[in-house]
Amino acid sequence: MKCSECNKRPATLYFSQVINGQKAEIKVCEICAMKKGYINQSDETYSLQDLLTGLFNFGSSQVELPNEQIFKEVHELQCPKCNTTFNDFQRIGKFGCADCYQAFKVKLDSIFRRVHSGNTKHIGKIPKRKGVHLHVKKELEALREKLNQLIEQEEFEKAAIVRDEIKKLEQEKEGDHS
Amino acid sequence: MSLEQFMNEAISPWMREGGPENEIVLSTRIRLARNFQDEVFPIIADEKDLIRVNNFFKENYHQTSFRNYGNFELIEISDLSNLEKRVLVEKHLISPYLAKARAAAALVSENEQVSVMINEEDHIRMQLYFPGFQLATALEEALLLDDWFEEQVDYAYDEEKGYLTTCPTNVGTGIRASVMIHLPALVITKKINQMIPAINQFGFVVRGIYGEGSEAIGNIFQISNQITLGKSEKDIVADLQSIIIKLVEQEREARLQLLQKSQTRMEDQIFRSYGILRHSRIIESKEASSRLSNVRLGIDLGIIKNVSHNILNELMVLTQPGFLQHYASKILTSNERDVLRATLIRERLMLEQ
Repeated sequence: MKCSECNKRPATLYFSQVINGQKAEIKVCEICAMKKGYINQSDETYSLQDLLTGLFNFGSSQVELPNEQIFKEVHELQCPKCNTTFNDFQRIGKFGCADCYQAFKVKLDSIFRRVHSGNTKHIGKIPKRKGVHLHVKKELEALREKLNQLIEQEEFEKAAIVRDEIKKLEQEKEGDHS
Repeated sequence: MSLEQFMNEAISPWMREGGPENEIVLSTRIRLARNFQDEVFPIIADEKDLIRVNNFFKENYHQTSFRNYGNFELIEISDLSNLEKRVLVEKHLISPYLAKARAAAALVSENEQVSVMINEEDHIRMQLYFPGFQLATALEEALLLDDWFEEQVDYAYDEEKGYLTTCPTNVGTGIRASVMIHLPALVITKKINQMIPAINQFGFVVRGIYGEGSEAIGNIFQISNQITLGKSEKDIVADLQSIIIKLVEQEREARLQLLQKSQTRMEDQIFRSYGILRHSRIIESKEASSRLSNVRLGIDLGIIKNVSHNILNELMVLTQPGFLQHYASKILTSNERDVLRATLIRERLMLEQ
């Protein structure tokens, strides 16, 4: 079927128009439809924002939850710090504060995967100051584990050395905070 | 140093220096998005929260200096006239978003190479510009600047998700690495149309000179990464680097082919553009951009001699509506702008003689 306006391109859009009680079928191509004003040109342009917000919404509707109850709970996720709800986040596509990441955690990975080509974990820079704390935290955990083992094995001399190490590290950590 | 200095020159001091691959790559930019751990993000923050963040920067960083970029000047957006905002946007010192943001400010270094936007979509958006193709250096410097701020700022950071940002599209590294590149031959030969989808597939975006949604005026494209999570800063930059190397290669190749196949036609196009710029009395922004692009190509190919190649960058900014009106010190109708634009271009080209 050719477009009834230009008679060149194939008609891809079908409209019915009623004028004075007479129904007429209009079969046109997209270009003529736009020229004639049958469809809105501005419908074509999506901002990146629209597109992303759409994506997030899509994410939620796709979640298959057999239990209506769970579905409801998930929808009522709310950030305790800034009161942003998961619904707010979906609507505007932005977080309200750093704590939102924790509050919406269960729902976020599917969104991150979509936006970042399947990735969900940061593998880049670690901040220096915060990084140090993370580092110390991990070291302390390891030492405490070791201490417990040594005590169980009744290796008290070695345990005393580890205990001192832990004390020293803890003091350093305190020092950093003040 | 004052706001006046930022306003008066169309091109920033660092642009004059020139850089690697400068005949095709105009500039390199790295932007990092950061937030305070304990403050709510600007989009939902109330005036008080925003002012607290703003004041923190005013008190701690105004008139300080980082490495050799010169002293920082803190510019309050609320102190600016609409025209001044527009000029700073045209110079890429602030984003259009920041110009409209509440309690916003920009910390701009004396040589205009570093601009730190406060209370943009994120609390902190620091950006560093380098002339030519200098991704590795730009990244290194950006990470140092980031360390410098981190000495005093408790960043919103999560072990698993990295730097936390207002928009999920920036989470992780918070980095946007972009390169401004002049590709007239790829546009003329239409090869660019095949290359853009390929670039997109790598997770990189191609945009016009003024960012998201803007047209590629004057054959200048901005190419930047889209993905910020699950890829290290180094890898992101390395991937962009290889895309740009490829584009530069293809552009050079296309220029050569155009010269070999249709030298006279090329020369004709270039000299016509040069003639129009030198003699026109009324010129629209779009025409000016495409003529300037042709002239710049002519300079790069050695067809036009004795004209500095900075002319494209400089006149492209100088002939933007905001700058023209700043220059005239009044609001101009679009007709008046077209006349002044033609005059400025003529005068600027006369200087080169």
